[in-house]
Amino acid sequence: MSFINYSSREINCKLVYYGPGLCGKTTNLQYIYNKTRPEAKGKMISLATETERTLFFDFLPLSLGEIRGFKTRFHLYTVPGQVFYDASRKLILKGVDGVCFVADSQDARYDANIESLENLRINLQEQGYDLDKLPYVMQYNKRDLPNAMSIEELSAALNPTRVPEFEAVAPTGQGVFDTLKALAKQVLAELRKGT
Amino acid sequence: MNPLNPQLVMYEVQQKQIQAVAERLHQDSRARTILLIDKNGQLVAAAGDSAALDTTSLSSLVAGNVAATGGIAQLLREDEFTAQFHEGKGMSIHMSLVGRRIILVVLFDKNTTQGLVRLRVKKAQDELVPIFEELAKLATTQPSSPFGTEITDQDIDNLFND
Repeated sequence: MSFINYSSREINCKLVYYGPGLCGKTTNLQYIYNKTRPEAKGKMISLATETERTLFFDFLPLSLGEIRGFKTRFHLYTVPGQVFYDASRKLILKGVDGVCFVADSQDARYDANIESLENLRINLQEQGYDLDKLPYVMQYNKRDLPNAMSIEELSAALNPTRVPEFEAVAPTGQGVFDTLKALAKQVLAELRKGT
Repeated sequence: MNPLNPQLVMYEVQQKQIQAVAERLHQDSRARTILLIDKNGQLVAAAGDSAALDTTSLSSLVAGNVAATGGIAQLLREDEFTAQFHEGKGMSIHMSLVGRRIILVVLFDKNTTQGLVRLRVKKAQDELVPIFEELAKLATTQPSSPFGTEITDQDIDNLFND
């Protein structure tokens, strides 16, 4: 859950990028890091293997500015996508305020997307969350690849609850900030409700 | 509200009390730096020599470390490992849990000993637990929306316009 500090007038929220291995979660964070003003970002940390696969998590702190006198800070995390890192993945979801599911649009990754999404739902339940009640957005990444499935097919399979969805090409930044913005908006709107 | 992950709030009164405990621990233990970190990786308070440190990164990594250790404890059917210690050549780090939600981190060098740190940490923990219990109570009884209902979509959009 978010941390609201009335003393220093700060709001801290945790956003998690989830999805199957090699879908582009880390690439999303790298693009955000590269395109954010230096004063608005902290260091990006990647706990990765020697082959640059995420081992535990990536972390990127962003300070976006003030809302009604409160500084808003977002802590962006990715999970390790590979199936066998499930124990670590669960840990990253602790205290989450919003989730972005990054789907790999390639048809060969269809099953991996489905499996990862089911895994997300189960792991959230273990932490006492319901995906349908959390701020949540869907990103269809790798739209530039020739074997990308159609948005209609992906949406029907992965987004039955019709949460906000975005097409993306993470290395070029297409859709990356739109996705983040939509998620941050939902998280702040949730805070407004005071839940 | 999620019962497993309750909202953490901080008010001025409690922040001052926590800061005072951290400052005292810093003095009494002769440590370099004291950090109080929420288990989700947010920095709650710092005392001592913290200006040169990247406390945001440290907080996230400490929380990750404690979460991983908690995961190991569960696999071993141990309730929790309440403290851990990493020894370096110059700097060492002692991490312990305060209640179920907060991590107390002590960074220290040759100026003190692990024994003294542990002794003083114990005392600080006893003082911190009731303060965080009070905060947990406040989080459930007071409205947690910091900006009332006044915040508009435009306010949120403005955050991204630069």
